[in-house]
Order: sequence, then C-alpha cells, then structure tokens
Amino acid sequence: MKKPKVLILRTAGTNCDAETDAAFQLAGAETALIHIQHLIGAVGESSRSRILLADYQILAIPGGFSYGDDISAGILLATEMKHKLTGALTQFIADGKLIIGICNGFQVLVKAGLLPKATAVGAVSNRDTAPNGKGGFPYPTGITQQATLAMNTSAKFECRWVTLETQQSPCVFTKGIKPRVYLPVAHAEGRFTAPPEVLEQIEANRQVVFRYASAEYPCNPNGSDANIAGICDTTGRIFGMMPHPERFLTKWNHPRWTRENLPEEGDGVAIFKNAVNYAKAS
Amino acid sequence: MSNNVQEIDILTADDAELMRISREGTLSLNLTEMRAIQSHFRALERNPTDVEIETLAQTWSEHCVHKTFKSIIHYAEPGKESERIDGLFPTYIQRATQEINKPWCVSVFSDNAGIIEFDDTYNLVFKVETHNHPSAIEPYGGAGTGIGGVIRDSLGTGLGAKPILNTDVFCFGMPDTPYDALPKGTLHPKRVFKGVVAGVRDYGNRMGIPTANGAILFDEGYTANPLVFCGNVGLIPRDRCEKSVEPGDLIVAIGGQTGRDGIHGATFSSAELDDTSESLGSVVQIGNPIMEKKIVDALLQARDRQLYRSITDCGAGGFSSAVGEMGQDTGAEVHLERVSLKYDGLAPWEIWLSEAQERMVVAVPPENLEELTQICEAEVVEATVLGTFTDTRKLQIFYKGTLVGDLDMEFLHNGIPQPIKKAVWHPKSPASSVGASPAYPVGAVSNRALENTTDILCRLLASPNIASKESVIRQYDHEVQGCLVLKPLVGVENDGPGDACIATPVLGNRKGVIVANGINPKYSEIDSYHSAAAAIDEALRNVIAVGGTLEKTALLDNFCWGNPDKPDRLGELVRAAKACYDIATAYGTPFISGKDSLYNEYRDTTTGEQRAIPATLLISAICVIEDVNRAITMDVKSPGNAVYVVGKTYTEFGGSHYSELYKLDCKDEFLHPPNAPVVRPNKGKLTMETLSTAISEGLVRSCHDCSEGGIGVAAAEMAFAGGYGMHLNLAHIPIGETSGLNNDVRLFSESQSRFLVEIEPQHREAFETRMADVPLGCIGTVTEGEEFIVTGTEGARIIETSISVLKSAWQGTLR
Repeated sequence: MKKPKVLILRTAGTNCDAETDAAFQLAGAETALIHIQHLIGAVGESSRSRILLADYQILAIPGGFSYGDDISAGILLATEMKHKLTGALTQFIADGKLIIGICNGFQVLVKAGLLPKATAVGAVSNRDTAPNGKGGFPYPTGITQQATLAMNTSAKFECRWVTLETQQSPCVFTKGIKPRVYLPVAHAEGRFTAPPEVLEQIEANRQVVFRYASAEYPCNPNGSDANIAGICDTTGRIFGMMPHPERFLTKWNHPRWTRENLPEEGDGVAIFKNAVNYAKAS
Repeated sequence: MSNNVQEIDILTADDAELMRISREGTLSLNLTEMRAIQSHFRALERNPTDVEIETLAQTWSEHCVHKTFKSIIHYAEPGKESERIDGLFPTYIQRATQEINKPWCVSVFSDNAGIIEFDDTYNLVFKVETHNHPSAIEPYGGAGTGIGGVIRDSLGTGLGAKPILNTDVFCFGMPDTPYDALPKGTLHPKRVFKGVVAGVRDYGNRMGIPTANGAILFDEGYTANPLVFCGNVGLIPRDRCEKSVEPGDLIVAIGGQTGRDGIHGATFSSAELDDTSESLGSVVQIGNPIMEKKIVDALLQARDRQLYRSITDCGAGGFSSAVGEMGQDTGAEVHLERVSLKYDGLAPWEIWLSEAQERMVVAVPPENLEELTQICEAEVVEATVLGTFTDTRKLQIFYKGTLVGDLDMEFLHNGIPQPIKKAVWHPKSPASSVGASPAYPVGAVSNRALENTTDILCRLLASPNIASKESVIRQYDHEVQGCLVLKPLVGVENDGPGDACIATPVLGNRKGVIVANGINPKYSEIDSYHSAAAAIDEALRNVIAVGGTLEKTALLDNFCWGNPDKPDRLGELVRAAKACYDIATAYGTPFISGKDSLYNEYRDTTTGEQRAIPATLLISAICVIEDVNRAITMDVKSPGNAVYVVGKTYTEFGGSHYSELYKLDCKDEFLHPPNAPVVRPNKGKLTMETLSTAISEGLVRSCHDCSEGGIGVAAAEMAFAGGYGMHLNLAHIPIGETSGLNNDVRLFSESQSRFLVEIEPQHREAFETRMADVPLGCIGTVTEGEEFIVTGTEGARIIETSISVLKSAWQGTLR
C-alpha cells in the first residue's frame, strides 16, 4: 500500500522538525519538511499552496519557538496560517484529513482557533473568496480562539518527564493506546485554560485526550485546568498536546532505561502509527 | 579624509603619543605593537586610516591571536634554572596532540572548532568559548550571545556542522555575598547567576539545541569577574570538513543586520575590568536566536548543495576578522556601503568592526549565487554580496568608491611582534610537589572541631558547589532533537547528578557521543599544576563512569586567567600548561581545540585595589561510544549489590570542600595549606582503562566518580539518586599511605582517579578478577530502605542518617 504523505510544517524557530520527521518515518509515512513560505506561495510560483497541502494526508506542526514566540507562544504562526492558508486549510479539514500539533504546534492550533472547536472552519469554507487560493481577508468571523495556553504557574520554562492518563476520546491518534504514557514536556507556556463554558463543552464532548496524572506540581507541570495535557476537536482528527511523543521513540530516550526493564519501542510511537494507519485506511 | 574616515597621525608620534592613541581608541595594543605599526606605515610613507588601525588592533588582539600562548616566556621557579619557553601553545598543547597522534583526529587547532571522526558518514566538531567580560556587565545578553557565538563556531567549521548539543559551565561569586562587600560597580553574584542562566536558556532553547551538560561553581574570587563557558558539539558529513577560498569567489554575508552593538568586543576582552566598565554598554552584543536558527536552516541546505567553498562566523572583530581570515592566503576587496545596516550613521570603521550577532560570511563561486539567494529568500534570511576574494594578498576596503583601507595580508597576519614575557612561580606550600610529606594536621581534624561526621556530610552536600543544580538544569531543554540517552539528571526520581551526558546524534543509530567536563579552580590556590591535572582527570573520570574509553576521548582546554603581563599570573599559567602536556600525554587523550580568556582582573579605580580570578582551567571531554546500550548511570540499582571503591585514597585535602569547612570552624588550626590532590597518571590510566573494560563487559551496575567531597559525597549521591540506603565500612578503602588514614581523610579527601561502583553479587568474582591490578576495596552494600550508615575504622558508626535527610540537604541550597 502507498505510504501516506505527511507535511511537516516549518517556519523560523521551528526546532522539533527532525525528530517529528523521524517519528513519522518510523511509523511508515512518507514525509516532507515544508517551510510555510512555500506553502503560502511567497517563494517560487504563486498559487502552489492549495496544491501542495492537498497533496498530503497529514499535517504536523512540530514544536519549537515559531517566530521566537514573540507576543505569545505560537500566535504569529497561528495568525499567518489563519490569514494566508485559510482556503487550503479549510479544504484539508473538510476532506477529513489529520492535523497534529505538538507543543508549539498545539499552541498554534489553539491560537488559530482550530482547537478545541474547528467545526466553524468547515462552515465558512465558501466565504474563502481570495482568487489565488491564499485565503481571504478579513478572516472569517466563524473561527475564533476559544482557549489558550498560558504561562506555566511556575513562571518559567521547564523540561521534565510526566505521566499522562489517556482519556476516552474520539481522538484518532490515541486509539488503543496504553492507559498511562510517559513523555517529556519542555515549555514555558503550556497551561491550558479556557472559560468555564468552553471547558464544560470540551468535557461533555470527551475532547480531552490526555491529562497529567495528578494535579500536584510537578506532575501537572504547568497548572493546566483539569490537568489537560492534550485535546482533540470533536471529530478526533485535529489533535494537539504539550508533551512530546516524538522524543520517546525508543527505550534509550527514557530517563531510566539503565534501571528499568522497558520494551524497545517508546510510548510516543503509537501516536504516529495511529495517524499513519488511519490515513492508509481512508 | 572624507566619508567619515579619519587619518590617524602616527608617523611623527613619540612613545607617549602612541600609547595615548592605543588607550583612547580602546585598541589594547602595547608599545611594541604600536611601534611595529608605526614603522610599517613609515615605510609606506603615509598614516593609517582609522579603518586600518582598528583592523590591526582587532586582528592582533589577545582574543583573536592568542599572543600570550604564542609568546616567548622566561620562566623562573625558586631553586631551578630559568627556562625559556617558545610559546605555551606549541610547547605544551599542540605538542601533546602531535605526540599522541590519534588517527581519528580530523582537524585540530586550525578551524573554528576541533573535528574528530564519528562514523562512516559523519564527523563531530566540538568547541568551547568564553564570554566573560560581557556577562559581567550584562549577564543576560552576554551569556546569550556567548552560546550564540559558539554555535556559530560549529556552523563555521569545515563547511558547516549541524549543532547538536550545548554544554555550559559558569563560575560566580558566592550567592550569599553581603551587598556591602560587593566591589564597586559590580553586579551581585545572584543577579549575574540569574541573568546568565536566563540568557543561556532563552538562546539555547530557541535554537533547539539540547543543553545537556555543565557545571556551576561559586567562589568569592569570581565576584567581579564571573566566567561563562559555552560549548557546542556539531555533526558534520565527513566530506564537508575542508574549506578553501578561490580568487573570484564572492564574499557573501548571511544573516542579521549590522549596527553599532558590540564594537571593540575583541579588544575590550583583552583589557581588565574596573568599576567604570559597567558604563561600556556598546561593547556588549545583542542576541537574536531566531535569526541564528534561520541561518542554520538556510546554510545547512546550501552546504548540502555545495553552493559555497568556505565559511566562517563573524565573531570578535566582526567582518574585519572574518574576511581578513578567509582571505589571508588570497586577498579580498570589500565594499562597506553594501552592508545591510540596522540604522544609518555608522562610520566605515564601525561597520567593519561591529560585532552585531548572527552573521556568517561565505565564499561563493559566482555561478552559485542565485541558488544560494533563493534558499535564503525561502528561509527569510538576508544574503548580501560585500565584495570579492582576490589574488592580491591585500585586504582592500572601499566605502562609496573610496579606498579607506589597504592592508598587506602578510603584515596583518604575521606582522605582530612575538611578545617576550616573564613568568615566576613560588610554591605556596612547601609540600605541594608530588611525593612530599603531608603538611596537614591530620590528627587534629576529627578530634577537634569537626566532630559530627553526619553533619559534615550534610554541610558538604549543601555547599553551593556540590548542591543540586536541578532548578537550573530543568530550565534548559535537554530533550529537543530526541537524541539524549543519558540525561544530566538520572536516578529513580530523575534528579540525581549524572557524571556525563550521552547523545545519539544520528536518529535510529545507537552510536553515541559522551560529553563531560572537569574544573577544579580551588586546587590552584595551592598549585595550578595540580588544578589543571585534576581538571583533566575529572573530565576523563566522568567519561569512564558512564561507559566511555580513554582510547576514543579528545579534550578541549579553556584557560581563564588573570593578567598575563604580571609574572606571577603567567607563572601559574605556565604550571597549568605543563600539567596539560604531562597528563594528556600520559592518558593518551589529545587536545583538539581550546581557547583562552586572560585579563580577568578587577581594579577599583579609587582604592587601586586589584585582584585576579582564581586560575581556572576548564577541560571538556568528548568520547565516541560504539553502542549506548553499554552505558551506565550513577544511581544505585538494587539492594544486595556490593559497593566498591576503585583507586587509592591519600591525605589530600588542599583546596577540598572539607578544608573549606575546616577553615570556617577551626581558623586558628589552619596554619598552612595542605596538599592538593595529585594526579598519578600512570596509575590513573590503568585504573580507568581496567574499569572501562569491566563496564563494557557488563560487570558494573552503576558507577560514580569521586570528586568534590570525596567518597562520602559520592556514596551519598549514588544512594539517594537510586532511592536505596547504604551500609559502608571505611576500613576497606584502599589507602595510598603506609600509616592508617583517619576517617575524615577516607571519607572526604579528594584524591584523584577514584570511583565508586555498584556490583551485582553474581558479578563480584568476575569484577574482582578483572580489576586484579587496580586498588580495589569492597566497602559495603546497597540496602533496602532509607538508612545511610558508615562505620569508621575503629568499628564505631560515624554516620547514621537517612538518604532523605542527605537528599534534602543536597537539594535545599539552590532550589
């Protein structure tokens, strides 16, 4: 069977692209690292964007510090995608394809308004009237940011391993995954927070994919509401998480492999395999 | 001259006038050098322009040319005949590497970083730099641009290496320094500490390079002159390690714009600090890690498509050094008005010298320019053609069509007169040479003031140099790139102090690289020879402790010293350089790169008081390990396993953390400094090689090196990192002296080349057989539960506590 194609989106400050690439390749995908400049047609021929994104089955937004996380984490890339990729992105989602955002990528998805609720995107696709396929402006009013990832309660960047509890959710990426997974976090702005009605909605729709295993610091490393570490949209096809599954691909990534008996495959691999298998099947 | 270019009138200047020009221009040139410039221009029958004299000052600065390490030194020691040393660098550092002659050394001392072989496809580059003076004035910016600079060193080595790992070592004043004791005009050590950590964190994390190894030291000698060492390891394809420049190649600047920041950085770093240095804002550079990330992204693509022939970074001296160096054997013509500026108003010499960050220079064959430009556009990085490499052997600088600088490459690079310096060394303690009798009141130690051994151990664990650095380490992303297989923090709760880190730079491949360091400035209070020797021994112990081998280890040397124009400071430098030669050749571990930062002194302009930092040598070690699955960590693994000491213990308290406590508690007793720990390299080599073999055979469950605080601290760290207790008996520690050593010596002496290891019962026999030629003593067992119990030589329990008490002492200080 043909390998599903993954577009790993890069921009200035992206820095987890190589290991995200390795994770998807390990999972059996064909990957391409694409700078957003190429996707929005800013270099080379114009109108390439829709064609390019449409060529792929999975969009991955890796971790890093897109544009230095100036203003706030992920917001500049989110804004750029919202305004310059609206059409292509809307079509991508409408086609039932997969999007994963890890760490900075999660921040981008939330700040672009694609998580927790991206249904609005589909609803406005016909309002994307820009002739060159780069997306219309002003941005359709249907998509607004509903939640955020705020500064950690510890008020600093922290890198540590955390235990996550897998929740019952429609998330395509975590189907059949272990009830508890162990992954590293590395961020300063990872505290998931939203107005009470949004949180209620997320819970009611079972959109919480991962929770930190305890509310206590540092188990919950950033003070997230309801210990939320990762969420998906209602379809389960758009998924974002703060911890880094691409950093735990083999047992040698684990901080205690010298003292524990571990399987050779790391906890992170299943997430990428699920995505690839879903894309193969659809 | 027009166009903002000044002629500097030196043709008729007398000596006083020459020195005034040097001083007022922050040129940091001495009289001999000024005279050499004067006679060069007298022969040309013209005065130099400001562009020319500034170019010479940068190129000839201590920072760029390392003239102290190349100078002729007349060295004297009491009771010995005076010695003439024709350059410390060729005599001790370079010669060691030549004699050791490892076939896997690809490039040493010639490029921006040293290069060693990794596997069939890749080599590794490694460089450590210092950014001390800027960090003293502006800790955040100074440290950030320090890490930024050393990353560009990797990127500027060969045709460009991908940065894969950062290491950083800091030396600060004591965190509890009273504010009224601060030297005038200096920042409080706590503020420097916070700023430096934040600077390294924000730059390293944004670059996406794991900061995986390091150390933080505190000593009051660093209050006015903190030290910031930043290192980077890079991965480079084997066929991209050589560079060349051809006449006709375009000089292309890639990256950030040029402004008035960081002017005179190179010459500033060759001057002493005083209480007015704080006002010198413009000498500190401003960093932008995202710009640097974009440059890396663009240049690695261009490298793989072979679009340029040579590359170097704009560091100290800016374009003047970068272009001057690249065009050394050809010639270069530069047009300064083409430089992309942050703002208007820069004089030509300022454009030429600016140390604005995140700029690289590449030599591009004209036919490749368009493709290079396209890559840069796609990554949103500026690429500007500044001029052409020529075949004139001249450095010609134009500004708006006018020739504003015309220098002979030969004079620029070889015209500097070789300095002649004097050095003396006076032993600080009559007993500091190898083999002399101990000058320490051994009996008085445990019987008098330091009575409670449990308390001593807790105080040692809590001392800032030994205490946990977790609060700092967690702020660095050490997991990015997904390649770190031994983390800086290890053990059952991921919080024990690992000896060294290991990365697997090629994803999916188990071949790894170990990075470790050694630094012992306290020993140089007694003798910088032993301090330097101990730094090498410590770096190597750390490599061995995680599973590395001496056979595949290379070293970097970073000297941070006081003013080398003062014979006593230079005498200490000579001692340290001699140790580097002696110990490195004995262990067979070559130096592949290094750097020196001298003039780390502070002068109070009102009182005239002057002081130098402790003589400080950082040794960084890099070792290739075939299969990381062979690696081990320092945390004990399970109850019932045996604990052994490997290597002999001597009465060596000089510069030890124990003697610091002793100084505090028994001031009157501390009459003269005791022996510094001495490296016995032949024994040390046998110990390390044999232990390394035992580890590779899978006989060792965990291993920790004995460094600050000796066996006592090492055992406590192993126990609480593993979450198990220990029962130890000091009677079985192998000792190096005929008379019995007392308990405090056995526990806290800092003798070199020693390790603590944990051995499973079924491997004890094989381990003991393997280690037959090495001093070895089984001193106890790992136990279930929390008890940490040490029995002294007389059979009484001298420590009776729990690992949680020890751990909280260790974690409390810098939390």
